[in-house]
Amino acid sequence: MNSSLSTPSQQIPPEKKGNKFTSFFNSKKVAPYVFVVPFILSFLILYLYPFVYAIIMSFQQVLPGQTEFIGLQNYERLMNPTFYRAVFNTTIYVICTVIILVVVPLLLAVLLNSRLTKLKILFRTAFFMPALTSVIVAGVIFNMIFSESDSAAANQVLAWIGLDSVDWQYNAVTGMFLMVALASWRWIGVNIMYFLAALQNISDDLYEAADIDGANAFQKFYYVTLPALKPIVIFVSTITIINGFRMFEESFVFWETSSPGNIGLTVVGYIYQAGIQQNDMGFGAAIGVFLMIIILVVSLIQLKFFGAFKKDE
Amino acid sequence: MKRFYLLLFSSAAAFTLSACGGSEETEGDGGDLEEEVVVGEEEDDATDLTFWTFEGLHTALFEEAAESWNEENPDDPITLTAEVYPFDQMHNNLLLSLQSGSGAPDLADIEISQFANYLEGDIQLEDMNDQVEPVIDDMVEERLDIYAEDGNYYGIPSHVGLTVMFYNEEIMDEAGVDIDSIETWDDYIEAGEQVVSETDATMTTVEGDEHFTFWPLISQRGSDYFDEDGNVILDNDVNVETLQFIYDLVHEHEIAEITPGGNHHSEDYYGFMNDGGAASLMMPIWYMGPFVDHMEDLAGKMEIRPLPVWEEGGNRTAGMGGTGTVVTNQSEDPELAKEFLAHAKLSQEGNINLWRIMGFDPPRHDVWEMDEMREENEYYDYFHDDLFDYLLEIQDEVEDINITPDIPDMQNEIHTNVMHNVLRGETHTPEEALEEAAETIRQGGAAQ
Repeated sequence: MNSSLSTPSQQIPPEKKGNKFTSFFNSKKVAPYVFVVPFILSFLILYLYPFVYAIIMSFQQVLPGQTEFIGLQNYERLMNPTFYRAVFNTTIYVICTVIILVVVPLLLAVLLNSRLTKLKILFRTAFFMPALTSVIVAGVIFNMIFSESDSAAANQVLAWIGLDSVDWQYNAVTGMFLMVALASWRWIGVNIMYFLAALQNISDDLYEAADIDGANAFQKFYYVTLPALKPIVIFVSTITIINGFRMFEESFVFWETSSPGNIGLTVVGYIYQAGIQQNDMGFGAAIGVFLMIIILVVSLIQLKFFGAFKKDE
Repeated sequence: MKRFYLLLFSSAAAFTLSACGGSEETEGDGGDLEEEVVVGEEEDDATDLTFWTFEGLHTALFEEAAESWNEENPDDPITLTAEVYPFDQMHNNLLLSLQSGSGAPDLADIEISQFANYLEGDIQLEDMNDQVEPVIDDMVEERLDIYAEDGNYYGIPSHVGLTVMFYNEEIMDEAGVDIDSIETWDDYIEAGEQVVSETDATMTTVEGDEHFTFWPLISQRGSDYFDEDGNVILDNDVNVETLQFIYDLVHEHEIAEITPGGNHHSEDYYGFMNDGGAASLMMPIWYMGPFVDHMEDLAGKMEIRPLPVWEEGGNRTAGMGGTGTVVTNQSEDPELAKEFLAHAKLSQEGNINLWRIMGFDPPRHDVWEMDEMREENEYYDYFHDDLFDYLLEIQDEVEDINITPDIPDMQNEIHTNVMHNVLRGETHTPEEALEEAAETIRQGGAAQ
């Protein structure tokens, strides 16, 4: 018995076992699945499951031990002034950040890419730095700069140019300015990097050809640089729109969860307020589903507008 | 070229996603433990109890209670782990862990305006009836009722929260006002005008985005947000009149300012008050804590008096704020947890500690006259020796406040809309603002 068992193992060299193992994973049929398993698993557990569950919850009243379906009640309750305010604030914020975070980094990137600019590395680093800070820390600093007291930095500056102090965190317009300023300050550097990468990929031949045709600097920018950057502009504006609609921290750092007159209320802030603070998770889920639809529709319109669905010529 | 952009796009998207995932983890899930205190680690066969709170000061009470418990009950020792989290995080985590059925501590502090959230659905808290009933006659019952539902007591109160007036005597003397002559709110306004004209300080501050000016004043007059049956009465005449009174203090009599930072718990306010910015402050007695901790320059200058009355014979205080400590149904040994909680907050010894350690007016009134309450502590050092006499004088003038599941929504309306739109924005009259808020709650309140 013993010998008959040991014989085959003696006959088959150990490498062969290993070979079988490695060849299984090396086979073209299996290997791809092995590589994507981590992603698929995390997608299923962390994205798809909550996603489906949130949609179900949006039709429920969720209380411990008493979860029941209540039809469309949560969606009916969505139509209230607070929700409109949240959507309004978020929309304004998205529009402002898209404009600023596309135009400003684009121009700065062109400047940084120019042969005439000195100390490029220093500027690049300086612009990128804010992206590395925590939004909470940055928010605390912004809070101090834009505090209501006359001795706060921003009000001091106003005083030098002869203006009155401003209650920055209590007016709708200045409140929006604070949120947009904080977001812009943080993300300009990242977007500059995207544009720089693209700029460095534009072939010098194109500029040489433009020189030969007698184009001036603006014409070169408009006819050569801009068209070449189009895919990056699409990309940057898409992520800015999506990040804008799901914004939460920029508002939270100034007012935490309740801002005076709801000037800082965003859609995600409203989810947090209704769903968690007021223990109304079904309603929170309904807001979330609505937000998802908004983002989907706006992104589709925007991509269509930029012609991103057209086949590359 | 296209492939390059595709690559860039996908890697950037992955970067953004992972970056967001990272930040959510650190900011959202309660990783921000502020402080942890462990008592009784050396005990053998001790039962582990975990306690969550949002106020670091509260751990001191439980630390002492755990030590004395282990001394008195050598057969049944406990190891208490007290964990302090930021306010929102602690309440959110507790709510979610009770909702999902795992992860909750044995004991937790729940703040009064959050408590209603925990009484919805099947209540996930242990009732404390067996511990409360033997001592209920010695307690201020209104405070127990706040944390009760259908005759079951779930939360153990920390204080009565008598609202008083803190006067800065230095400023009052400079203005030539004798604080004991202030009996009615009309006297108070008169004194305020004198303070404003004679000194650099304002008479008082009103909260522009919190409720600690409005709620105590309406409660003092016997009104509230809700009536006993839970109906919204926010827009009744008394409340409109009271909000008008607050508005007039600021804009008509010009003896009050909107609190720097919006509320009396902001750093801006501490600095302002500490520098002698205002001559008085209306807050519950537990606000002695912030005075001692944040306004050192005022030590020895502050005098505590009952509130001015609205009419002769009216209430001179209101019970405000509060925290109920609960035992959750996820405790492995709920009986022990309940007994320990009773030891910490229902016993005479515990109630004396509530005063001695925290400066709270304890909910057991049978300890109020005891000698232990007169022993030196940091609050007597900071304030004056006879402060407890004033509390004894007004202790029976507390109106019940009505807690409903809509309280969190209501507080949110008061904080974001009512106070702001009336006092700072001046876009609404008190009547308009209160009617609007009342209507919002009536329509969109928590679905029941």
